Amino acid sequence: MAAYLLFALAVLVTLIFCVCAGSVSVPVKETVSLIWKAITGAELPQSTARAIILNVRLPRVICVGFVGASLSICGAAMQGLLRNPLADGTTLGVSSGASIGAILAIAFGVSIPGFEGGGTVVMAIVFAFLALMLILSLAYKLDYTLSTNTIILIGVVFTMFAGSIISLLVTFAGDHVKTIMFWTMGSLAGSSYGNAITIGAAFVVCTAVLLGCARELNAFAISEDNARNIGVNVRRVKLTVLIAVSALVGVSVSIGGTIGFVGLVIPHMTRMLTGPNHKKLLPASIFSGAIFLMLADLVSRVVLSPIELPIGVVTSFIGSITFVYIFYSSTKKERV
Amino acid sequence: MMLETKNLSVRYGSLTILDNVSFTVGEKQWVMIVGPNGAGKSTIVNAISRGAPYTGQILLDGKDIKKYKSTEFARRIGILSQETPVGYSFTVEEVVALGRYAYSGGLLSPKAPRDAEYIERALELTGLKEFRRQSILTLSGGEKQRTFLAQVLAQDPELLILDEPTNHLDLVYQKQTFALIKNWIEETGRSVISVVHDLSLARAYGTHAILLHRGRLVASGEIKEVLTRENLASVYDMDVYDWMRKMLSQWEDGESGDLPVQQR
Repeated sequence: MAAYLLFALAVLVTLIFCVCAGSVSVPVKETVSLIWKAITGAELPQSTARAIILNVRLPRVICVGFVGASLSICGAAMQGLLRNPLADGTTLGVSSGASIGAILAIAFGVSIPGFEGGGTVVMAIVFAFLALMLILSLAYKLDYTLSTNTIILIGVVFTMFAGSIISLLVTFAGDHVKTIMFWTMGSLAGSSYGNAITIGAAFVVCTAVLLGCARELNAFAISEDNARNIGVNVRRVKLTVLIAVSALVGVSVSIGGTIGFVGLVIPHMTRMLTGPNHKKLLPASIFSGAIFLMLADLVSRVVLSPIELPIGVVTSFIGSITFVYIFYSSTKKERV
Repeated sequence: MMLETKNLSVRYGSLTILDNVSFTVGEKQWVMIVGPNGAGKSTIVNAISRGAPYTGQILLDGKDIKKYKSTEFARRIGILSQETPVGYSFTVEEVVALGRYAYSGGLLSPKAPRDAEYIERALELTGLKEFRRQSILTLSGGEKQRTFLAQVLAQDPELLILDEPTNHLDLVYQKQTFALIKNWIEETGRSVISVVHDLSLARAYGTHAILLHRGRLVASGEIKEVLTRENLASVYDMDVYDWMRKMLSQWEDGESGDLPVQQR
């Protein structure tokens, strides 16, 4: 319990730090007082700092935190369900599927009345789920045991396939090209409070579902056969987890684009700290995912300031190096 | 507890693996399923335990097993597989504790009242107390299999199904495992179905037997009446009866249920 409070505090500190820092840095005291006034509804000063903090950075950092937490818990859940330490939205091709949905929504102007950006969100979720079902049923057909290599291979092929479809859509998209390109790189610049509410709601619902499956995920992480033997309703749990993961990855992608490696590296590092028990691993992954992505976003904003890097560039850069390092050092000690 | 199969058949395309097999398993029985390779031994276990497709009926206390909820089923029937490949470094205790899954009352009360008691007893019976905090990835094949045996004992099923769990393990370990299960039956009054290759092992521990040949039931009933010279001669190409009698002695001496704890 104390550990979770500490984790929550770390998230809060990171959040405030990331809101303060940037191309124009605002003192911590001023930032905190601005946020506090906004929350309590007190009168706000008309200053540049106010515009930067409350209109630009705060909604963005909140979105980044939620996206990081979402991608991380989804990765952890998939790695348990499929008993595969390399499973993640990016490696499985779910993110690419969600991108196709989001881009189709933009290209054809799909929208839902009364829900800003709702068309992209819903299309991303639907396509994420379809992609996941397609990939897993293909993998089952080819290799019943769903071994690491088969899944990753199919994920890579699917990502390439999705890439070709996205390029095709871009060719026909005309005016929308710029918005579409954003999805392939990943960026959370210009996130609004509306986005934060969307991802926040999806996060709360899906995380509750996944945390509720922690015990079943432990059984799956040992083996699906063992899960069935001890009385887990294998089909129902699998479907529940897959739907929750698709929904959460779908919403994350519709808001932040394809942000690679978060769901792969963060649960992996967290597991070294907590062990493979999902009752500890899932909550810890939420916090560490949020912290990681907020810091990565900060790096993407400041490292080449005033030019801003797409956040996917930062996470993939850090993520792939860390992953190779972890993989190398852990395979030396024991099998992952 | 009473398990009953009625005209159980399994076919893959035009191939008949199991042909109208009917038998019953009652209280306090240790039923050995025996027969040459390809007789359909594991197919029976797969039909009962893993929902592999079959025709005919399998009834547990008169109710079709397909109508049981998964947790309800797991409280009645436990299965120990040949080998369980493990991916992550769970501790022995975490694996054993999962055996209590079927008794948990969902999110609000994840723990059933006597969970700890059952887990302790299972660890004790299998001699794994010393290993409880150890990662399952660091264990030997025999110790790993013992962990899953402890899991299924913690599950406390009325009927335990053993699908050749000691197949890839050495003689000493086989002996220890079977002696341990015998103790468990005596202590709890439960029933066991085992798929067994070794006829002498079947004869030494079983109370009842089911003899299969090419998917058909040759004989079933009390073990002495099933594993006769005539029955075995009709199934096996060579005279296995004398061989079985001769090998019987290897299971008899020093039949204690205690598993030595290896120091590492």
